[in-house]
Amino acid sequence: MKIFGQLTDIIKSNTLTLTDTTDTKSLVDELKKQYPALDQAKYILAVDKQTVTENTILKDGSIVALLPPFSGG
Amino acid sequence: MNDKNSYERYQRQVILPDFGEEGQRKLLNAKVLVIGAGGLGCPALQYLAAAGIGTIGIVDHDTVSLNNLHRQVIYSVSDIGLSKAKRASAILNGLNPDIKIVPYDEQLTVENALSIIERFDIIIDGTDNFATRYMINDACVILDKPLIYGAVSQFDGQVAIFNFQGGDEMPVNYRDLFPEPPKEDEVLNCAEAGVLGVLPGIIGTMQANEAIKLITGLGDPLINRLWTFNALNNHVYELRLKANPETRLLIPDGEVAFEQMNYEWLCSSATESFEIDAEKFDELLENGKIEIIDVRQPNETPEVNEFEHRRIPMQQVEASADSIKSDTVVLFCQTGKRSKQAVILLSGIFGSDKKLYSLKGGIVNWKNHHQLS
Repeated sequence: MKIFGQLTDIIKSNTLTLTDTTDTKSLVDELKKQYPALDQAKYILAVDKQTVTENTILKDGSIVALLPPFSGG
Repeated sequence: MNDKNSYERYQRQVILPDFGEEGQRKLLNAKVLVIGAGGLGCPALQYLAAAGIGTIGIVDHDTVSLNNLHRQVIYSVSDIGLSKAKRASAILNGLNPDIKIVPYDEQLTVENALSIIERFDIIIDGTDNFATRYMINDACVILDKPLIYGAVSQFDGQVAIFNFQGGDEMPVNYRDLFPEPPKEDEVLNCAEAGVLGVLPGIIGTMQANEAIKLITGLGDPLINRLWTFNALNNHVYELRLKANPETRLLIPDGEVAFEQMNYEWLCSSATESFEIDAEKFDELLENGKIEIIDVRQPNETPEVNEFEHRRIPMQQVEASADSIKSDTVVLFCQTGKRSKQAVILLSGIFGSDKKLYSLKGGIVNWKNHHQLS
């Protein structure tokens, strides 16, 4: 997994490897269990560089990215 | 391009393969609006003016302050306290007197946004807050204008081209990524989080580059793609974006609806959540004096006979806003998703005039709650 922006403050890292997750829903559930603050956070989810809004099956080696919104200029 | 000075000025880019005099002519005929003459806007403006964009608009109501200078490198100490739009305009005029620069020393609002944006071909978002970003996004969707988005926070930067018509795919806009604006306290801004000065320099310059590519037709612009950059590890990550037809409902469908939006309110931190659970809803039902609206499609089940309500399908909510008379309104749908969107939509119209609630978990959850108890 790749973690971007201030989500790294929650996850304390910009990369993360998870095993035994079959889809994005179970992945997010697992992450929220480990990092409860993620429940309040806003982010987009991308699987293998394509944004997804619905539950998506993860293949072995899929790279999931979590990107928060930011507005600075 | 017959002018000798003009030829000499742009000679180094005109000799580029596939650029030529034709490319230069396209730039000279182009009209680009840069909203925000700050960290992102300054470098974008400098390169656009230097490249010979024929008409450049600058919107900014702010004045230069000392803590701007670490990243807004166009300004000097002597500019402190002066209008950014006017100073940037004067400085760019010194850089390239052959182009037209139009300063708008005013705040972008729902009243002036459409009439300003309408005058330009390409819009560059260099603002620093969500309220204005969502307003610009929606205005560009309404007016069919390509929007070159850029944003920075701490060490991360993003660039994307939204709402580009004429590509193979459906144009993506910012609401396809984040349908609803975050509340003020959910995301830190630059003032709170900090930003490395050179980062908006990189991202703003990228925005100018994308504008030049769009205008000249060169290369492969970031249409429907989000490019991200981390200044600490130099990692670049690019995402393909997909349009989400549902988010279109959140965008006002025309000038009248746009002018009624309250973007500040959408982004202000609400003290009280507008989502209510089954118990709170029952309390409101008992108290009476509320208007209840089902935003589902006419044929959707389960039917609701337990309380008085009327049906306004989601697509018609905005147009039917005038028919909502009560001060307290509860909206519901199947699962609570659409009604939440409807509340956001209506909040933009009514502001704080009405108390608007969305039934959390929808009618399905409410019915379950009553079967169980």
